[in-house]
Amino acid sequence: MKVAVITFPGSNCDYDLYKAAQQVGGDASFIWHRERGIEGYDAVLLPGGFSYGDYLRAGAIARMSPIMEDVISFANAGGPVLGICNGFQILCESGLLPGALMHNNSLKFESKDVLLRVERADTMFTADYKAGQILRIPIAHGEGNYEADKETLEALEAEGRVVFRYVNAAGETSANANPNGSWHNIAGITNRAGNVLGMMPHPERAMEELLGSTDGVALFTSMVASLQTS
Amino acid sequence: MSQYRLEVRVKPRPGLLDPQGKAIHHSLNSLGWEGVSDIRVGKAIYVDMEADSPDAALEAAEAMCRKLLANPVTEDFEVSMVGELEGAGS
Repeated sequence: MKVAVITFPGSNCDYDLYKAAQQVGGDASFIWHRERGIEGYDAVLLPGGFSYGDYLRAGAIARMSPIMEDVISFANAGGPVLGICNGFQILCESGLLPGALMHNNSLKFESKDVLLRVERADTMFTADYKAGQILRIPIAHGEGNYEADKETLEALEAEGRVVFRYVNAAGETSANANPNGSWHNIAGITNRAGNVLGMMPHPERAMEELLGSTDGVALFTSMVASLQTS
Repeated sequence: MSQYRLEVRVKPRPGLLDPQGKAIHHSLNSLGWEGVSDIRVGKAIYVDMEADSPDAALEAAEAMCRKLLANPVTEDFEVSMVGELEGAGS
């Protein structure tokens, strides 16, 4: 499986994503944002970080990078695209995912482990999880408060496109388990076709017992498995 | 062609939580301005550009807002002409 990790100026999780992809048997390469063409790749990963210093709005300027035109075509043709943290913000800015990520309602940069509930275990990104499974995965963001207009939010729920939610230890979507004020504790969503996933938490930082959690591994193994069977 | 300066105001949509505004609001209240009932924080962007006419410059600035300067999900924008810049253009 050939995996493209897109690097923008200010990306800082690109090596983590590269390592995560390699760990599950992917053949990862970096693509600089000014390059063109992602032919021959099986999946695209958009890393976390602070592309363009989050100037204007997080992800807004990265979205205009030359490579994003190719990423949008790749996604529209059904290619799997995973955006994490700043990558999620870029996906929203690009229109591949609906809504926007606003400032955390805490006004703080939230950097800590959170608990996530897997809402859908039937996506290409989550097949190796069980529905309802609770994961411990780190977050590190100042703008992760997911918002959209009422119609969009209702459609996301009705179509089952919320893949991860912030929960407490009992697995409930309580307000105090929500680190940023996201509507309905949303931590990750897919597009309608299910081939684009955006999420604020960092599964690529939960790949080794030594670093506190291996709960992110199944996300990457799910992607690899779905590409091998398709 | 003349050189124009435009002001673009981008502001959070009504009803959307504006945590920055909320923090400033609380701070103003605690400084004694108890009558302050709401604060919304937006941004002003100044664009200097060449255009055939003021209308063409305004139109371009609105297109910039739709494409990049504002996020239609969370922000509204207004564009106004500051004026023609002297000593530029031909």
